[in-house]
Amino acid sequence: MTELLIKNGFVFDPINKINGEKMDIAIKDGKIVAAVNEKTAEIIDASGLTVMPGAVDIHTHIAGGEVNTGRILRPEDHVKDVERKTAITRSGVGYSIPSTFTTGYRYSKMGYTTVMNPSMAPLEAKHTHEELNDIPMVDKATYPLLGDWWFVLEYLSKDKIEECARHIAWMLSTTKGYAIKIVNPGGLESWGFGGNVHSIDDQVPNFCITPREIVRGLAKVNKLLNLPHSIHLHTNNLGLPGNYSTTLDTMKALEDIYTGDKPVCHITHLQFSSFAGDGWGNMKSAADEISKYINNHNHMTFDMGQVIFSETTTMTADGPFEFTLYQLSGHKWVNADVETETSGGIIPMHYKRTSAVNAIQWSIGLELALLITDPWKIFMTTDHPNGGPFFAYPKIMAWLTSRKARMAMLKKCHKKAQKRSLLPSIDRELSLYELAIVTRAGQAKALGLPNKGHLGVGADGDVAIYNINPETLDISKKFRTARRAFGNAAYTIKDGEILVKDGEIVKTASGRTMWLDVNTAEPCVVDEDMKRRFREYWTVEYDNYPVFDHCVKVPEKITVKASV
Amino acid sequence: MVDQKLRATIITGRTIDQGVGKELGKGSQEYYDNAAVVFLDKADMMKLGIRNGVPVRVTSKFGSVIVKARKFPRGSMPGLVFMPCGLWANAVCGDATYSMGMPMFKGFPVEVEPAPGQPVLTLDELLKEEFGRGL
Amino acid sequence: MTEVKSVVCPICGCLCDDLEVTVENNAIVKMKNGCSVCEAKMIHGYNSEERILKPMIRKDGKLVPVTMDEAIHKAAQILTDAKYPLLFGWSSSTSEAQRVGVELAEELGSALDNCCSVCHGPSVMATQEIGIPTCTLGQIRHRADLIVYWACNPWSSHPRHVERYTSFSEGRFEKSEWKDYIQKVKAASGKKKLEAAARQSRVIKYQPPPRPQTCTVDAPPQTIQKMGRKMIVFDVRKTMTAEAADYFVQVEPNKDYEILEALRCLINDQELDVEKVGGVPVEYLKEVADALVNCEFGVIFFGLGLTASAGRFRNIEIAISLTRDLNKKTKFVISPMRGHFNVTGANVVFAWQTGYPYALDFSQGYPQYNPGEFTAIDLLRRGDNDATLVISADPGAHFPKSAVQNMMKHPLIVINPDLNCISRLGDVVFPTQWCGIEYEGTAYRMDHVPIVLRKVVEPPEGVLNDEELLTKILAEVKRIKAEKAAKTPPKSTCATKKEEAN
Repeated sequence: MTELLIKNGFVFDPINKINGEKMDIAIKDGKIVAAVNEKTAEIIDASGLTVMPGAVDIHTHIAGGEVNTGRILRPEDHVKDVERKTAITRSGVGYSIPSTFTTGYRYSKMGYTTVMNPSMAPLEAKHTHEELNDIPMVDKATYPLLGDWWFVLEYLSKDKIEECARHIAWMLSTTKGYAIKIVNPGGLESWGFGGNVHSIDDQVPNFCITPREIVRGLAKVNKLLNLPHSIHLHTNNLGLPGNYSTTLDTMKALEDIYTGDKPVCHITHLQFSSFAGDGWGNMKSAADEISKYINNHNHMTFDMGQVIFSETTTMTADGPFEFTLYQLSGHKWVNADVETETSGGIIPMHYKRTSAVNAIQWSIGLELALLITDPWKIFMTTDHPNGGPFFAYPKIMAWLTSRKARMAMLKKCHKKAQKRSLLPSIDRELSLYELAIVTRAGQAKALGLPNKGHLGVGADGDVAIYNINPETLDISKKFRTARRAFGNAAYTIKDGEILVKDGEIVKTASGRTMWLDVNTAEPCVVDEDMKRRFREYWTVEYDNYPVFDHCVKVPEKITVKASV
Repeated sequence: MVDQKLRATIITGRTIDQGVGKELGKGSQEYYDNAAVVFLDKADMMKLGIRNGVPVRVTSKFGSVIVKARKFPRGSMPGLVFMPCGLWANAVCGDATYSMGMPMFKGFPVEVEPAPGQPVLTLDELLKEEFGRGL
Repeated sequence: MTEVKSVVCPICGCLCDDLEVTVENNAIVKMKNGCSVCEAKMIHGYNSEERILKPMIRKDGKLVPVTMDEAIHKAAQILTDAKYPLLFGWSSSTSEAQRVGVELAEELGSALDNCCSVCHGPSVMATQEIGIPTCTLGQIRHRADLIVYWACNPWSSHPRHVERYTSFSEGRFEKSEWKDYIQKVKAASGKKKLEAAARQSRVIKYQPPPRPQTCTVDAPPQTIQKMGRKMIVFDVRKTMTAEAADYFVQVEPNKDYEILEALRCLINDQELDVEKVGGVPVEYLKEVADALVNCEFGVIFFGLGLTASAGRFRNIEIAISLTRDLNKKTKFVISPMRGHFNVTGANVVFAWQTGYPYALDFSQGYPQYNPGEFTAIDLLRRGDNDATLVISADPGAHFPKSAVQNMMKHPLIVINPDLNCISRLGDVVFPTQWCGIEYEGTAYRMDHVPIVLRKVVEPPEGVLNDEELLTKILAEVKRIKAEKAAKTPPKSTCATKKEEAN
């Protein structure tokens, strides 16, 4: 079938420990192979170009009920950024909550080939999947929100880990999800009556359980089920000054579950969980304390949740946090609680350099990424669109790889932020090799995707080629050139097909939706009692709850064998 | 003293009978029976000197239609008349939206007067009259 | 004979999914759990004499049956010949069909609107102004101890709403109010019997209590003090829903804004210097305000009485503002009572594909949005569009007469399973399958919960479903456009269409 040969590029493939070697990459039938027939294969001359595996985004809100409510909420966000229909692409709108087609196209233009949607209310899973079907160009998956699901709270409060695991397995397959997502554990259930929890040992009303027990329980469940990714956690007290102590408590609470092999938890958008101070007035960075802990422990992974100075839209299942933002800003506010499972909220946000808090947040994200010495532990995200829109990634890449770039931005920031920032004391600049880790290899590894994030034989034929010659271009000095190159891939290759050339879409593809089929030794029994509970807990019948096979257009079922 | 005309505010909306009628089919007898009507307050009916089921003419500045009068069964609502949504109600509704897309379905003035002996047109007859078309 | 369980009702925004349907010889013969409207459709309506079985084209003023290919070609010809068509409807179709609809509109550079513009369009506009604190219906079933129906009448328009999701449903933290209601009904019927007996015998001199001419508040205020779930209804007339309520406040037409604003003042501890607002004595409003503030979890459901009355989206905005204010004191949510079973889906699908929920225009090659400009009624009123495609909606019965008259000035294509008003008026009329009865697909409940509609019987032979039909029309449109482009070198692209029209 189709054969493709990428010749003479500078290859950065950290999983296979290839650091800028000049070599060829061969793809056949959508997979990386050792060699192809040079005479018949399509040849890409990559001499003088940087070749990396297709980029992976571990956490980006691109589809589902919350995202779409954000779209409906914000016509003013779309009107400034429109995409015309072309002969091969659909029209759409962009900016902080792009329409589905535009989302796929823009990711692809930056060399991304895999993106993970981190937040899906199980009850609305079909919606998420319908949108994912309409996001072209990339492979994708989605994490169901399970931290405040009544079944979980009930089983864990009785310490029934195995039963809980069987139900989680059932839920992952039923919603065609990929990982266990936990948001403000216990807080969302409390928000059902307008409350919240404020430490990991607060009691969740009506359920006799604490956030600590929920997180620990689900981390154990995750282990029992052998899921490829760890639990994916949005911590308690997120976004509030002084919350770093809660974050430290959470990390400490999980230490003993780690057995030395795989990380047991991924704390997402760490920037929002690393605030010191006891109020907005003296809020400051806790990147130092947090990174010290992380540098001494190996049981977790993280992503940045970097803030970009721009207009954007915050959206999270953390309903009480969005309510706090509403009280702070008085801005238009959506609250969207989902029965038995979760909550949600949306507030538009404008991160300003002139705001001390925003500028400190911007600094925290970069401090964390630079102070945590092991790039396999912390990955690049903006928690799109919460910290900023994903198409600003090239800016972050510039800040990470160039001290000059970030100091130029820091100089424009609020004086207080400049004074409190740790950035002036940090000289570290990520190399292209490290950048490849934080943008693809590390993310793929943390997600447990064996065929993504590298260019070894057998990997998916997903490749990004950038117009950067590491021999002639010093990206730490010429950061603007690098930024442009990262924003407009010279080539994006997905499953061995060239989708983007010189930053333009040349071909469209639909991309697959990966989901877990978790096989437990003893399957979750769906008996009359469970159906009765179903009818009591939800307003949808048991038979109508699942995401049916036909709801996922191009599925990729990943079978997992659980040890329970 | 019997008034010839009732000046009232009209509201159009759903009734369950109209709902059943529309699901049975727009051409059904049920739809005709339950949509080609106007509900009036008991006191207003007395003022007009009409009984349940007699034809009345409902006129707004956008149009006019003959439907059957019915007594509104619950509470009182003098000066308010109610028509189930449908072809007949829309003969008197206006298309001004105040730049918001939503036409005038509720809360505008109409006049109701008895129309003894005049026919309440069926769906097909009214379509023919208003749009000059049919099957 | 087969029994199908968990069938989803394809009628209103409640999307009840617990119907049990008995099928015999490919016909629904019996069903359980449905309301009367549901039974009307599922047992009789879907299979009535008015079912369209063949595509029809109007020739010499009469609709005559033609082949499917001829009708598809004719429809595509109309759409491509038109400078600025309008595609309207979508609310009783599946989200799969709506997806194709957006693509068709984009291909044509046309206007695209759904029924939302004549029901909860103003609610969408208000949401875009200040957001909306809301939740799914189950959350209300489990937690709400105060339910307010404002300017809506679920008893008629969403017959099982009260039973399944609010006062009469039973949740984890809130019990059903059904028993209380039965007691109330018994008391009321006792009173009625007494009255009837008095009228007939004339022996017992029964004097009904005098009703004030400008009656405002009907139920005794003390009901609001009782324990358990409470239900308050605000409406201009005493609906069936109002009859079931603990407290009914009758408001003057077009005065909702004032009353909502007065309630906002009251819950924010401001004094009102007037005795009445919108026909309601302030003392009653004070009691309502107390109830609103003191509940554990309250909800306001609102209907077309707010969206279509004077003020339009401002009414919704003030209702949402009230809810926002209440959230500083307790937990409160607000939710629109969406009408058709998938009108929410039309908003959802349009929004994920284009960023905007309704009132769309593709004349520039990219999506544009402006209610009041690209909404169907406004386009028709100004006579902007020169062809119309109506799918799964009946503007013939539900648009003001003048709007339909303007629609009739240009070619009209209608896609609908049976002969509704607009298909009686069409130039090209397509039959289609009943979604939720004859084919499956996704619909979105009023609270945005997606539910897959089920297929229970086989469709009539040769009748396509909405998605298949639209896909064929889209393919034919593309073919005709390519043919035209080949004949006349580059000029008319969809992007320049509207400029030409001007």
